[in-house]
Amino acid sequence: MSTAVHPMAKYLRPGKELTTACPGCGDGQIAHSILRAIDQLELELDDFVFVCGIGCAGWIPSPYFAADTLHTTHGRPIAFATGVALAAPDRRVMVVSGDGDLTAIGGNHLIHAARRNLDMTVICVNNRIYGMTGGQVAPTTPQGVRTVTTPGGNPEGSFDLCKLAEAAGATHVARWTTAHLRQITRAVIQALEHRGFSFIEILSQCPVQYGKLSREGGAVATLDHFRDNSITLRRAENLAPEELEGRWLVGELVEASSDAEGES
Amino acid sequence: MPETAAVTPGRFFMQGNEACAEGALAAGCRFFAGYPITPATEIAERMAQRLPDMEGVFIQMEDEISSMAAIIGAAWTGSLSMTATSGPGISLMLENIGYAVGTETPCVVIDVQRGGPTTGIPAVPSQGDMVQVRRGSHGDYEAIAFAPCSAQEMFDLTVLAFNTAERLRTPVFILGDAAIGHMREPVVIPPEAEIPRVRRILPETGGDPFAIQGFLDEDVAPMPVFGHGFKSHVTGSCHDGFGMRNVVDATALDHFVRTLTNKITKHRDSLIHMESESTDDAEVLLLGYGLVGRAALAISRQARSEGLPVGCVRPITVWPFADAEIRALCGKARRVLVMENNLGQMLPYVQAALAGITTAEPLPPRILGSLHHPDHVLEAIREVLS
Repeated sequence: MSTAVHPMAKYLRPGKELTTACPGCGDGQIAHSILRAIDQLELELDDFVFVCGIGCAGWIPSPYFAADTLHTTHGRPIAFATGVALAAPDRRVMVVSGDGDLTAIGGNHLIHAARRNLDMTVICVNNRIYGMTGGQVAPTTPQGVRTVTTPGGNPEGSFDLCKLAEAAGATHVARWTTAHLRQITRAVIQALEHRGFSFIEILSQCPVQYGKLSREGGAVATLDHFRDNSITLRRAENLAPEELEGRWLVGELVEASSDAEGES
Repeated sequence: MPETAAVTPGRFFMQGNEACAEGALAAGCRFFAGYPITPATEIAERMAQRLPDMEGVFIQMEDEISSMAAIIGAAWTGSLSMTATSGPGISLMLENIGYAVGTETPCVVIDVQRGGPTTGIPAVPSQGDMVQVRRGSHGDYEAIAFAPCSAQEMFDLTVLAFNTAERLRTPVFILGDAAIGHMREPVVIPPEAEIPRVRRILPETGGDPFAIQGFLDEDVAPMPVFGHGFKSHVTGSCHDGFGMRNVVDATALDHFVRTLTNKITKHRDSLIHMESESTDDAEVLLLGYGLVGRAALAISRQARSEGLPVGCVRPITVWPFADAEIRALCGKARRVLVMENNLGQMLPYVQAALAGITTAEPLPPRILGSLHHPDHVLEAIREVLS
């Protein structure tokens, strides 16, 4: 009897085939989609440096991808990646981290790397909450949502991460959700083919913290929610602004051809 | 001097901060990330001017946190990298300095100290960060720091700092101050062939990348830098010799902390540099480091010329602390006056080294931030001798 081997297993570090992600987590889907993009482009994993921060999403490449991996301090992966990208321009630098890591504690590095248009891909896994530490409010938590540190509902507004990245100067910006796995792979391919700073926001389910605390439900409920409440750019074009209220605009939101820093 | 060569030998009239930058370039530094701060900025300015001509990288980051992060990232691509700052910047860098210790990343951090705490006075010299660089980041670790007393030593010790960082795969500090940084005096840059250059050892290429033990060896593991197919896993989390994370087992943490610490303590003797004069028959010893140590030496000579039995000890290596060497040099003295441009940061370490042997007392300058006045020190010496 032959044993079925996952087509992406060749990219995993031996002995690290099992993740520590919670049941229903979107991290595995995203890992899969990233590796599929690299596979479809026939790129060598050895040409990459994966840089990640602290939080659940940082564990997508680390230690699972069999490649050079820099698992940094909380909030700083883009700053570490800046050193890697500038000192070794022949490397493909990909940052994979969470919304809290990249846009709360690390928000300053995100906007400055975007401004510099450094040649790197930043994948921000947005689960709308601090998952690893137990369900605290994040800058991406929608207003009104209950978390363990906003027991009366989140009184604050949330970031639109893609608008933030665009305003800061990112030359490639895309947003998808874990209800759009093929689209994530296509978005990663586009990001890898883009020279300059690419930012991809991936909304991802956290059934254990966000789903439970917000009462959104389990993984499937959140995936349904993502599918039902996201709208592609093309469809959005024909809708009035009020019809877009409360929905996620998904797709390739910004594509500005531009040379990365130092290559003008 | 020509602007494109890494080393231009000769005798130059140079600012301490400029000499520091030249020392870094001579040692092989090709990556600098920093953030403007008085009184360290001239180092960044010189690196910004010089590095692009030698295929190096200069970047001004958005803060000191990211500066420290960037030099660590660059170091993992194989570059010799450095940042330069002052106390407020060190405060911000400390978490990532701990990361460099924990991931065994060679890099150099220049601290041109200024008067603090908080914003303090930017252009007034101070020795206020002596213990901060040793204990500032969280957790148990060993630090290495050298204290230059001149523009010449800003050059020489920066070269030594790079060689030490490369040899032991750890961050190394230079603890200067605003006076040394801004002072101009003659600096001799030796011919390139006479500048020692130590380089980190890399694993052999072409083998099984998953068999590389690139971390946690008391005799310094080969560094699996990026881009060689080593499939390196670098993490600040507790890890094993292969770099694999282990955050569930306290014995793994014990091994992690002890091995990193032992790596420095095992090589301690090779790290200690010290200057002393007239210690054999001295009844009073002046102990000072950095520019204050230079003043201590001058005052001790002046005291000798007046017939007073005075000597001087100037630790060049601040960390690891030269306790045995200080004990050997100071044990016979009646009193050790610890001259520091602070209210006694290294004093407890000196006192602990000399406990039960002789007495060490603090001797800060009359006005913090200014150099010790010879009359003030001589008065203290005479008081001991009377």
